Amino acid sequence: MNGPFDPCLARWSERIRSATTERKPLRLRGGGSKDFYGQALSGELFDTREYAGLAAYEPTELVVTARCGTPLAELEAALAEKGQSLAFEPPHFGPAATVGGCLAAGLAGPRRARVGAVRDFVLGVKLIDGQGRLLNFGGQVMKNVAGYDVSRLLAGSLGTLGLVVEVSFKVLPVALAEQTLRFDLPGENSQSLALARLNEWGGQPLPISASAWVDDTLHVRLAGASAAVCAAAQKLGGQRVAADQASAFWISLREHSHGFFAVRAAALWRLSVPATTPALPLPGAQFVEWGGAQRWLHASSPAEHQAIRQAAAQAGGHATLFRADPETKAAVGVFQPLAAPLARIHRELKAAFDPHGVFNPGRMYAEF
Amino acid sequence: MSNDGIFSAPRFPVDKALLLARLREHLPAHSLLVDKEDVRPYECDGMMAYRQMPLIVALPESEAQAQAVVRVCSALKVPMIPRGAATGLSGGALPHADGVVVSLARLKKIVRIDPLARTAVVQPGVRNLAVSEAAAPYGLYYAPDPSSQIACSIGGNVAENSGGVHCLKYGLTVHNVLRIRGLTAAGEIVEFGNAALDAAGYDLLALNIGSEGMLALVTEVTVRLTPKPELAQVIVASFAEVSKAGDAVAGIIAAGIIPAGLEMMDRKAIHAVEPYAKAGYDLEAEAILLCESDGTPEEVGEEVARMRAVLERCGASMIRVSQSEAERLKFWAGRKAAFPAVGRITPDYLCMDGTIPRKSLAHMLLAIAEMEQRYGLRCANVFHAGDGNLHPLIMFDANLPGQLERATAFGGEILELSVELGGTITGEHGVGVEKLTQMCAQFTPDELEIFHAVKRAFDPDGLLNPGKVIPTIARCREYRLTHSVDSAVGMSADQTLVKV
Repeated sequence: MNGPFDPCLARWSERIRSATTERKPLRLRGGGSKDFYGQALSGELFDTREYAGLAAYEPTELVVTARCGTPLAELEAALAEKGQSLAFEPPHFGPAATVGGCLAAGLAGPRRARVGAVRDFVLGVKLIDGQGRLLNFGGQVMKNVAGYDVSRLLAGSLGTLGLVVEVSFKVLPVALAEQTLRFDLPGENSQSLALARLNEWGGQPLPISASAWVDDTLHVRLAGASAAVCAAAQKLGGQRVAADQASAFWISLREHSHGFFAVRAAALWRLSVPATTPALPLPGAQFVEWGGAQRWLHASSPAEHQAIRQAAAQAGGHATLFRADPETKAAVGVFQPLAAPLARIHRELKAAFDPHGVFNPGRMYAEF
Repeated sequence: MSNDGIFSAPRFPVDKALLLARLREHLPAHSLLVDKEDVRPYECDGMMAYRQMPLIVALPESEAQAQAVVRVCSALKVPMIPRGAATGLSGGALPHADGVVVSLARLKKIVRIDPLARTAVVQPGVRNLAVSEAAAPYGLYYAPDPSSQIACSIGGNVAENSGGVHCLKYGLTVHNVLRIRGLTAAGEIVEFGNAALDAAGYDLLALNIGSEGMLALVTEVTVRLTPKPELAQVIVASFAEVSKAGDAVAGIIAAGIIPAGLEMMDRKAIHAVEPYAKAGYDLEAEAILLCESDGTPEEVGEEVARMRAVLERCGASMIRVSQSEAERLKFWAGRKAAFPAVGRITPDYLCMDGTIPRKSLAHMLLAIAEMEQRYGLRCANVFHAGDGNLHPLIMFDANLPGQLERATAFGGEILELSVELGGTITGEHGVGVEKLTQMCAQFTPDELEIFHAVKRAFDPDGLLNPGKVIPTIARCREYRLTHSVDSAVGMSADQTLVKV
C-alpha cells in the first residue's frame, strides 16, 4: 500500500536496520536549526535533507504534503503563492529549518492560542520505524478516526519515535486583513493589567490572532475579514502599528530575535500555563504571549530553576528549559518530569516504535 | 468457543459469582445490573445490527467507584467496556460476553465553568449540548456539535473524536479538549494534557482522543469554550447537477473562505428530509449546499456576499439566505434530521462514514449510483462537504433474506473506494466492530502491529474494549485472501453478522 519504495527511503530503511542490528543510535537532524532544543544530542548524525520537496499540494483541498527535508521557508513560499499558510506560524530558528524538524519540535508561533499547535494541523505522516519499516498513519483528509491518531502523537516527539519522511498538514487561507494595535501600560501592574485585558477580550468574539506583552507594552494583532478587523480595532482602541513594523515585530517574537531574547542569562525558560494565571512572582524580566498562556523568562541560579518549575506546575502547566548550556540541562532536565504512570506509558510507546532505542536517545527524557 | 458469533472478540475465563461479590464490596446494589431484563438495554449501542448481552453492567457514581470497578476487573482479568450515551454508530460500546459494561452515564456533573479562562470541567456522562447550555450565560459555547448532540456525551465524543457540521472552522473534539483525566486498565489515575495549551512529553491527549475506549477510561474532561459569534447566517443553494455543487465547494475554499459550515445533500436525501422536517428545501434540485457564515455582523455581511458570488458563478439555480435566527435553524433542522428522516422511509439503513478528498466527490457519487443498481438497494447521501466526510445512508429491510448482507457489502465497497481515493474508512463514527474488516484495506500488517503495540503500552492485558478497532493480523490475512478472489463484491464472506 506504500507504493514502490523510493530509492532514498530504501537506503534510509537499510541504514536504520543496520543501526538496529549494531545497536548504534542515530541522531536525526534536518537543518540543525533546533539543535539547541531538548536534552543532549547523541548518536551518529543522520541528515534528513536529501528527501525534499512537496509531494502534493492542492489548495482547494486545504492540504499540503511535504517531504521531511523540504526547507520550511520553501514550503511557506509555495503556500503564500496560493494565499495560504501554516496557520500555527512555526518558528524557524535559522534559515536551514526543515519541515521534518518543524514536526519533530512541535513548536508553534504567535497565532497558536487562536488557531492551534502543530499537532492540530497534522493530518498524516509517513515514517520509518525502529525496525526500518515504512508506515503510513492518518492521510490527506480533514477527518480520520481509523485507528489511533499516531500522526498527531509524532508532533513534538523530537524524533524519538521514528524518522518522519513525509507529513501532510491542513493549511488555511491567509487573513484578508490584519491590524496590530499597541497599548502602553506603564507602572508596577503592567503585566497584570495586560493579562486582565487579554483574558477579558478572549471571552468575546474578537478576531485576535496574536498577543504579546513585554516592556510594559501590550501588542495585539487582529486578523480576519476587513470589516471585522476594522470594527474590532475601533472597539479596542490603542495605537495602530504600521503593517511593515507589525510584521517585523511578530517575526522577531517567533524567531526570538526580539531584544528580550538577546539577554545573556544562563537559561531561557518557557512556561506553558493557563492564560488566567496571575503574573508569576519570579525574579527577572518576563515576556507574555498567547493571551497569557505562554510566558518566557530568564534565570541563572539553580534555586531559580526549581522555583520556575514549581510555579508552572502549581499553576496547572509545565516549564521547559528552552535554551541553556549542557550542564544546566543535565542538572535541571529540559522537560517537566512525568508522573509515574505517564513515564511508564512513554517508555512503552518508545519501545513500540523503536524497540532498540536507535532514534535520538535521551533527547526528550534521559531514560529513553 | 472462541467466537460469540458477532465479531471475533477474544474470550476470557471469568468466575461471575466471584466478580460480582468483589464488585459489591465497592458499589451499592442499584449500581450493579446483573439480571437479564436489567442488562438487556445495554446489549447494543446506536449500531443496532450488532447485539451482545453483557455479563454485568456497572454504573459508578464517582471516580472512586469507577476506579474500584477497574481495579476489580483488572485483578480478575475481566474485560471492561466503557459506555457513554450509546449513540455510537459503529458498535464501539457493544458489550463483551465475559465482560463488565462500565456505564459512565451517572458521572454527569458539570464540575466547573470558568468563564474567564473559557474552559469547562465536566464528567464524561455530561451531554454535549448541556455544556453549551451551561456556558450560554457567559456568551460561550462548546464548538463541536455532532448531530446527536442532544443525547451524546462528552466521554463518547472523546472516544470518537466527534466533529459536527461546524468542524471545518472550529475543529473536532481533539481541537477543543485541553485535558482528560481517566483510569488506566490497571486502575491508575492519569491525566493527559492539563489546564494549559500543551503538556510535557508525547501528546498522549491527542492519542487518546478517538481511541474508542481502548486506551483509558475517561472520568473527567476539560473542554475549551468558544465565544458565541454575534451573528450567523446560512445560505441554501440549489444545483441542477451534483458535480456543479462539488465545484462550488471547491470554489468557496479556493476563494480563501473557511465557512462555519458547508454541507451537501443529494436529491434522495432532500426528498427524504423535506416531508419530515419541512425545512423548505428545493425539491427540484439534484443537490443543495448549506453554507454558513458567522462572526460580527460586518464580517458575516462581507462573507455571505463573497460566498454568494462563488455560488452564482458555479451555476446555482436558486440561492436563499436566512433572514432570521428562526429561519437559519429551520434550514439546519433539515440537515440535522437527515438520519431519522431516512429512517422513516426504510425499515433499516446503514450509515457509512468515509472521508475523501473533496475533489473526488462527484466520482464517489457516481460510483455509489452504480452500486445502487448492482446491489439493488437505494442510498441517500449527506455530506460534510467542507471536510470531505461522506455519510451515504444505505436503505434495506433486515427482514428480507440477504438484504443486510447486501447492504453491508455495499457499505464495505464505499469504504474501500474511499481508501482508494486517498481517504479513510471513518471520518468520525469510529471503527468499533463495524469496520474491523475495512481496517485491513486501509492498513498494512506492519501498521496494525504498531496499533497493537500502542494498545499494549496502555493496556498490557488487553482488558479495555477487547477485540474492537484494530483487527488481528490473522483476520486481515484472511481478508486479503478472500478479497483478491472476490474484490468486486466486497468482503462479506469475512463478516459474521447477527440478524436482528
